[in-house]
Parts: sequence; C-alpha cells; structure tokens
Amino acid sequence: MKFFRNLTIGQYVHKDSPIHKLDPRIKILTSLLMMILIFLTESWWSFLIIGFFFTVNIWLSKVQIKYVLRGLKPILVLIILTLFIHLFTTPGEVIFQIGVIRMTWEGLSRGMFIAVRLFLLILTTSWLTLTTSPIALTDGIERLLSFFKIIGFPAHEIAMMMTIALRFIPTLMEETEKIIKAQMSRGADFESGNILKRMKNMIPIIIPLFINAFHRADELAIAMEARCYRGGEGRTHYRALSFKYLDKVFFMIISFTIALIIIINVV
Amino acid sequence: MIKFDHVTHIYTGDREHEIVSLSDINLEIHDGDFIACIGANASGKSTFAKHINGLLVPSEGNVIVDDYNTRDKKSIWEIRKKIGIVFQNPDNQLVATTIEDDVAFGLENIGIEEAEMKRRVAWALDLVGMAELKDSEPHLLSGGQKQRVVIAGALAMHTTYLVLDEPTSMLDPRGRKEVLEIVKKLNKEEDITIIYITHFMSEAAEFKKIIVLDKGRIALQGTPKDIFGRIDLLKELHLETPQITKFARLLSENGLNIPPDILTGEEMIKELCLYI
Ligand SMILES: Nc1ncnc2c1ncn2[C@@H]1O[C@H](COP(=O)(O)OP(=O)(O)OP(=O)(O)O)[C@@H](O)[C@H]1O
Ligand SMILES: [Mg+2]
Repeated sequence: MKFFRNLTIGQYVHKDSPIHKLDPRIKILTSLLMMILIFLTESWWSFLIIGFFFTVNIWLSKVQIKYVLRGLKPILVLIILTLFIHLFTTPGEVIFQIGVIRMTWEGLSRGMFIAVRLFLLILTTSWLTLTTSPIALTDGIERLLSFFKIIGFPAHEIAMMMTIALRFIPTLMEETEKIIKAQMSRGADFESGNILKRMKNMIPIIIPLFINAFHRADELAIAMEARCYRGGEGRTHYRALSFKYLDKVFFMIISFTIALIIIINVV
Repeated sequence: MIKFDHVTHIYTGDREHEIVSLSDINLEIHDGDFIACIGANASGKSTFAKHINGLLVPSEGNVIVDDYNTRDKKSIWEIRKKIGIVFQNPDNQLVATTIEDDVAFGLENIGIEEAEMKRRVAWALDLVGMAELKDSEPHLLSGGQKQRVVIAGALAMHTTYLVLDEPTSMLDPRGRKEVLEIVKKLNKEEDITIIYITHFMSEAAEFKKIIVLDKGRIALQGTPKDIFGRIDLLKELHLETPQITKFARLLSENGLNIPPDILTGEEMIKELCLYI
C-alpha cells in the first residue's frame, strides 16, 4: 500500500509559457486586485472582462483545461448551493410557485451573479497557483511583504517558514507512511470502529511523528546555524526578481483592464 | 590550521550530574590533512566536531581556527565560512526546496551577490557530480546524493576545512562509497582539509591519520597501520579492526606469508597474487 504516491505540493503545472515567466510579484498583485474587483463590482460587464482576461491568460499559459476544472470541482457544490438559496429566497416577480416555495426572476439573476462571482474568484487563484511554482510564490510574497518590514513585519521569517514547510512536507509524509506500516504490521487497526476509537488508534502514529519532527527541527536549526544563517538581515537572493520586458507589457495590459473595469463600475 | 589547546567541555543539564564530554584535548590539524576520527559511542566525537566551528564553545581551553578564537563572537561567521560541516542525517540539513537553491543557502546568508552565487553553485554541484539534478527536489534523491548536495553547499562557501560527522552511517553501501570518493577527491584535488568522523573501521583505514577518542580523551593517534596494529588496546576501547585486517591476521597466524597489518582490499589482492 502506498498512501502518498505522486505527491505534489500545490497544483503547479510546469510549462514553458510567457505567463509562467512573469515576475511572481506582478502575478500576486494582479490576483489580489482582481479578487477585490470581483468582490466589489455589481456589473455583468466587469465579469465579462475579467472572465475574458483569465481565459486568454490560461490559454497563453498552455495549462490544460482539466487542471483548471479540477480546481473548480471542490467548490462546485458551494456554487450550486448559493445559486439555489438566492433563487428561492429573493423577493420579487414570481416565476412559479409550489406551496410556500417560490422562485423569482430577481432571485435567478442574483443567484447567477453570485455563482459567477465565486467561479471567477476560484479561477483567479487557480490561474496564480497553476502557473507559479511554490518557490516563486514564496519569493514573491517575501519581496512584496518586505515593504512592511519598516513597521516590524517579519517578512523574511514568514517566507523562511513557508520554504521549510514546503521542503519538509514530503519528508514527513513519507515518515507517516512508514510509521503507519510499522504499526499495522504490529496489528494496529486504523479502519474499523467508531470515530472515537479510530481517533484513539491514531495516537501511536501522531506521537512518534511529533517527536521525530521536533528532533528534525532541532538538527535543522543547528545545520542552518553552521551555514551562517542569522536571520534576514544582509541576506541576498539566489533568485533575483527583476521586471523584464514581458512584465512591463503585462503590466500595461493589466492596468488597462483594471481601468476599464473601474470606469464601467463608476459610469 | 586548527588548534585545540587544553580543551575541556562539560555538558551541564538542569540535572545535578554534569557530563564531561571532552577533557583536555590538545591537537593540531594542519592544512591539507586527511584525518579520520573514531571512538566508541558517547566518546565525544560529535562534541569534538561541534567545537571546530564554534557551534559549541569549550568550558575550558581554546579552539583556534586560523588565528580566530571560536569564543570570539565577532569572528564566528568568518570561522563558519572556513569550516563546512556535514552531519549524519542528510534530510535534516537540506533547507531549500530544490537542490540548487539549497547549495545557494549559505551564500545567501553571507550576502554573496547573484552572479557570483550562480557561478559558485554551478561549480560546487559539478564538483560533487550533481549538476544534472540541480532542479530536482531533495526528497527525490538517494541518501548518498543528498549528502553530496550537503557537501556542495559547504564547498560553495569556499571552505578550507570540511568536518563530516558520521556522514555515511545512514547510507547504503553505494551511498557510502559515493561520499567517501568525493571526500578523497576534495582532499587531493581541491586541497581541502578533511576531518572525517566514522564508526566504519574500513573507512577510517583509508585516511592518512586516525584520531581515537575514548571518554572525551584522545586515546591514540597515528597512521592506520599504527592504530590497527594494536588490537588489544582497540578491544579495550570497544573498537574493531577492519574485516580485511582480521582476515590477514588469521591467514598469517595459519602460516601464510602475508603481512598481518593489511588494511585495504587492494593490498590484500596484491599480497595474495604474490603468494600464488
Ligand atoms: N546536548 C547534550 N546535553 C547533555 N549531554 C550530552 C549532549 N550531547 C551529548 N551529550 C553527552 O556527551 C557525551 C559525548 O557525546 P557525543 O555525542 O559527543 O558522543 P559521540 O562520540 O558523538 O557518540 P555517538 O557515537 O553516539 O555519535 C555523551 O555522554 C552524551 O551523552
Ligand atoms: Mg555522534
């Protein structure tokens, strides 16, 4: 039995595309701004533009649609649910009525609008995480947050924690698997019994896992110290980020798109 | 040069008993040395290793690295640049999510600029034969490969000394061989001073000099032939002789004309060929 085969962190899909090559900072900011707009806008036109923007983007990134759909799947139930709630609870012109349950035109349009809003939010995050590797994301977040360092915000520490977490998740997964197998070979049972019993059976897995993790953390800290690690001060970056021609072009496009959406909403 | 001058180290836990893990160590390690360090469990090998780069500071005495004292907080980073250290568990030494990022970790810490960093990372990975896997992730590598990446991380810092604390004890035979080959090559071709702690006697036999620790003291030091010639003393120190030496001794005791102090397979083959 193999529990964690083909484990990949996040949902990054590696492709050689202009979107993948964009500076992660610009992608993170774009996603953030787009999400704010998606939340605030009340116009179908904005959705149309944003939808178009990301469709073109994903097409350019060469990431297959199936990955995008996979990201949407878990949220599908939520989308349908909100659609129905709005459909039946919004007062207005009745489409049809059975007993106390009635469906309204206003509900239909409101429900559709919220559903599309949710859909676009997911599309935005998918676009970001599908085309940006975890390393690039971490780098981008660190560089963006470093702006707040002056007020004492621990930007470097947060990025370091993310890196170490990313580095050790696969290692700890493997370890969990080993422990589970070892306990099963001693006759431990993780599949039967009620929830309480099953949770109790997990204890022999959790405890060694934690002890080992603390042990690892201790050794890692010593190794990092031996390699001259002393916090973020005076540190340089192996992956320097710089705005290239491509980033400038994208920056212009995104600026115009956002300006357009704002104008539509204001007028 | 690394100099241990009357170094004693005492671990003081919160409990009442203190553990003397090193006592009155005097030692000079010269540039270009190729030294193995052996000793029974809890004889103080790891404590010794951690004193070399100032991870631990002596309770008494001084450790001097190229004129820097490890007690001196200002020079500690200079010392750690000079001394690369490799520990037993490769997993717990790799920090970054890809191989090249990890090799660059130390360089980032000491503020090397980007272009120079790229150059050094490529050079170091090439030296340990891991250049092709630079984009790979640590958890996909074998133990031997991981240790080679750890070594590359030290090399990229342009270290002059490499301390390895049982780097092969968690590896399979193939990984062990890979690491030992690299260490030999670094000493020969890059002139890096090696201090190699091991509990494999067959590995220790391949070094120019061996230091034997016992209960925090240097019990013996000398060439492998000196050390492994003293079977009775080694037994007292709970240490073995290499298999091949035992074998040679047996052959010679049974009347074959073979020197009893053979240390490596090659020597043995040579002697046996002469015999035939
Ligand atoms: N952090 C610590 N706190 C207290 N005592 C310690 C600590 N680390 C080591 N010791 C003790 O110091 C002594 C020397 O330990 P050290 O780890 O240096 O030995 P070693 O030769 O490396 O052993 P091994 O072969 O097991 O790696 C041992 O008695 C050990 O119990
Ligand atoms: Mg040890």
